[in-house]
Amino acid sequence: MSPRLTPWLLVAFFASVPLWIGNQYFLYILTATGIFIIAAISLNLLLGYTGQLSLGHVAFFGIGAYVAALCSLGFDLEFGSTVFVFPRQPVWVGFIAAIVVAAGFGWLIGRLSFKVRGAYFVIVSISFAQVMRMVALNWVDLTEGPMALNNIPPLSLWIPGEGVIGFFKKEYNYWLVLLLVVLSYVIVQRIVRSRVGRAMIALRENESLARSVGVDVTRYLVVATVVSAGMAGAAGALYTHYIRIVDPDVFLFIYTVIMVIMVVTGGKGTLAGPVVGGFIFGALPEVLREVAQPEVQWILYGIAMILIVFFLPQGIVPALANWWAAKRAKAKSP
Amino acid sequence: MTLPPALLEIENVTVHFSGLVAIADLNFRVPEGRIFSLIGPNGAGKTTAFNVITGFLKPTSGRVLYRGHDLTRLSPDRIARLGVVRTFQRTSIFGGCTVFENVLTGLHLRGTTETWGALFGLGRVAAEERALAERAREIIAFVGLAARANELAANLAYGEQRKLGIAIALAADPKLLLLDEPAAGLNPSETEEFMHTIQRVRDRGVTILLVEHDMRLVMAISDTVVVLNNGVIIAEGPPEAVQNDPEVIRAYLGQGAKRAAD
Amino acid sequence: MEQFLQHIVNGTILGGTYALLGIGLTLIFGIMRVVNFTHGELYAFGAYMAYLLVQVLELNFFVSLALATALGIGLGAVIEFVLIRQLRSTDIDTVMLVMIGAWIALQNFWQLMFSGVAKSISHPFPNLPLVFGPISVAPIRLFVIAVAIALLVGFYLLVNRTKLGVAMRASFQDPDVAALMGVNISLMRTLTFALGSGLAAAAGALLGPIFVVTPTMGDLVALKAFAIVILGGLGNIVGATIGGFVLALVEEFGAGYISSGYRDAMGFLLIIVVLAFKPQGLFAAKERIG
Repeated sequence: MSPRLTPWLLVAFFASVPLWIGNQYFLYILTATGIFIIAAISLNLLLGYTGQLSLGHVAFFGIGAYVAALCSLGFDLEFGSTVFVFPRQPVWVGFIAAIVVAAGFGWLIGRLSFKVRGAYFVIVSISFAQVMRMVALNWVDLTEGPMALNNIPPLSLWIPGEGVIGFFKKEYNYWLVLLLVVLSYVIVQRIVRSRVGRAMIALRENESLARSVGVDVTRYLVVATVVSAGMAGAAGALYTHYIRIVDPDVFLFIYTVIMVIMVVTGGKGTLAGPVVGGFIFGALPEVLREVAQPEVQWILYGIAMILIVFFLPQGIVPALANWWAAKRAKAKSP
Repeated sequence: MTLPPALLEIENVTVHFSGLVAIADLNFRVPEGRIFSLIGPNGAGKTTAFNVITGFLKPTSGRVLYRGHDLTRLSPDRIARLGVVRTFQRTSIFGGCTVFENVLTGLHLRGTTETWGALFGLGRVAAEERALAERAREIIAFVGLAARANELAANLAYGEQRKLGIAIALAADPKLLLLDEPAAGLNPSETEEFMHTIQRVRDRGVTILLVEHDMRLVMAISDTVVVLNNGVIIAEGPPEAVQNDPEVIRAYLGQGAKRAAD
Repeated sequence: MEQFLQHIVNGTILGGTYALLGIGLTLIFGIMRVVNFTHGELYAFGAYMAYLLVQVLELNFFVSLALATALGIGLGAVIEFVLIRQLRSTDIDTVMLVMIGAWIALQNFWQLMFSGVAKSISHPFPNLPLVFGPISVAPIRLFVIAVAIALLVGFYLLVNRTKLGVAMRASFQDPDVAALMGVNISLMRTLTFALGSGLAAAAGALLGPIFVVTPTMGDLVALKAFAIVILGGLGNIVGATIGGFVLALVEEFGAGYISSGYRDAMGFLLIIVVLAFKPQGLFAAKERIG
């Protein structure tokens, strides 16, 4: 089977799923997993390809979620005696806004990451996400704080001939998310296989050497962060319109950790890594739900991460690829 | 004494490290099209001088001029854009990439595709990629690594990695190439091969500034040799003159210079 | 004015325990270069052990606190030996990922063993606050600051005045020379990590009776510890001490005069602001990580 064909066959397979699986809950799990996969793909660009230890990634996801929610619900803010009213916007406007605002914060963080390096940057990125959480929690006028923003309209798409349809059916959401997963994958693929991607990888592998051949470090760090943040923001917007409620818990550090686990165990710096990792850690909690309590599951994930770092340091995808290559080499030689 | 126009001028460069003087009032000029070597005992300030020229270190005072451009305040990537490229003594390659990818990366300044082009560009971008790939193969063949083009750089033998380092630097299309102890750790036959490679590079019109310990190599290929000791130049001139300079001999305790003279 | 003084007192008392956390982490993060995400869990461990010993096993309060600290030292040693020692040659990100895995496993372990219900630890001190003019302080808090200062002083003496301390510092500043002098580098690393962890556990055991014990108590604390280390400069013990007090005071005054909801954000804002202007921390360390 040609390696080029396989990904498309997989996509076709997954596209067909709602046609023969009726279980709504199952579809829900797959869709939520898909959203997380998009976030993992975006983190992989920054962590896996550019080598940036960014542990605040959930901030971009959360920002996207809140911006999308606020745009589609509308909001008003009081500044002393004047009231600023922001009217409700169609879903697609909020979606674009989510990407733009998240990417904007990505730009800030990208510029900061050039000045603040290595382990210091890890701390800054985590702090950034925590500050966002505090803001979401405390700026109650805007975000409703822990009361959450709810009744968020579902995803909607303009279908020619039908006008704008709200996606109340699980199948439509599933297909839209699948489409966006494929889109995210292709975006990252095109970037990493280009001159831009080579510059990012160079930064990861050997920054001094990269500079000596003319790679502008700040520029490419910013590009990586902006694209990565925008994509995470899009995932956040999807999340908000799918779950239709958003509260400050969306900024919890644990979600960054989940994304990191997905990327690292799947294989950082590979295209398929975050997809495989996302799938495993998206589906696993459900598979294990009957068998083990959440606490036990998390203990297992923590241990799994440690084991993978020790024994499969490149992640699952490269390990499988090496194993497959070794098998073929063995088969060829007598 | 008429010299060809100077490509690189080091003017009164001084470097202080919290009280310690690494280089004091360094002055020399590197003429175009020549092989210029900087030698001296360990701790003499050679690597510091190197780092200053290539933008990895800012001097306490003084200037570095390249074709009239003041390089002193520029970052390494801007300096590379002007045509000044260096190699590294250790960590000289992109370990996680193949030889081919390493050299392609070195060709960064030759390309123009940015994010928009990467995402949406079609014909023109593809043509650029093909041209870059072609050039990469040329350079890989030039340094003699064609057989290892698809090997992961980290898996190369030490001597091959050094060749790759040169290839990456050449890919950046330098007018002035700075080599940081390029022959360190090479055996005699590898050093011989390396010597020829450097001469071929010089023949292509690239000016070369070399920092090196291997006296045989230095004396064999250099047009001019500058000897540094304790941050100060103690001799400058053609190899034969420098070899026999009593100051130089004293600085090396007679070992290196004498051995090369035999 | 009275409020001002009260804030100073509260901030100073809290600062003592923050300093313990900061010193422990500055050794581990600053000197050993390990991005130690388990530091908060050692804090929680100290608190849970104190709970177990005082409430469940009904041992003497003071003995329990000492024992909880000792157990913290033990757990730290185990973590270093099992996880970090094996990875010593790899880069900082790999160790960090392992620490994240350990952090998740540990935190959920407390959740499993003790459930999410907040636990309180009873103490032998009277609950009535002592009043000194405009300031009132609960006796247990005086006890906490006294012990914290004792530990700080003791630790400082250990590192700077004993042979062990010299050996520890030598093995990080110049491992090759230290090894030649007969210092067991591996042992020193384990010891350093264990001591740092022990201080975190002590802080947890001390604060447990004042606040309540929950499985997630370590999270915010860990991040604050990182803030303190960055403020004080990596590996700088005096800096971490000062940083601990500074952070506690900033939190107190911020919560008192600006907004109590953003209390915990103070530390994070402080980190971001400090690093944006001084990327190497306030008291800049000579080398950079990464």
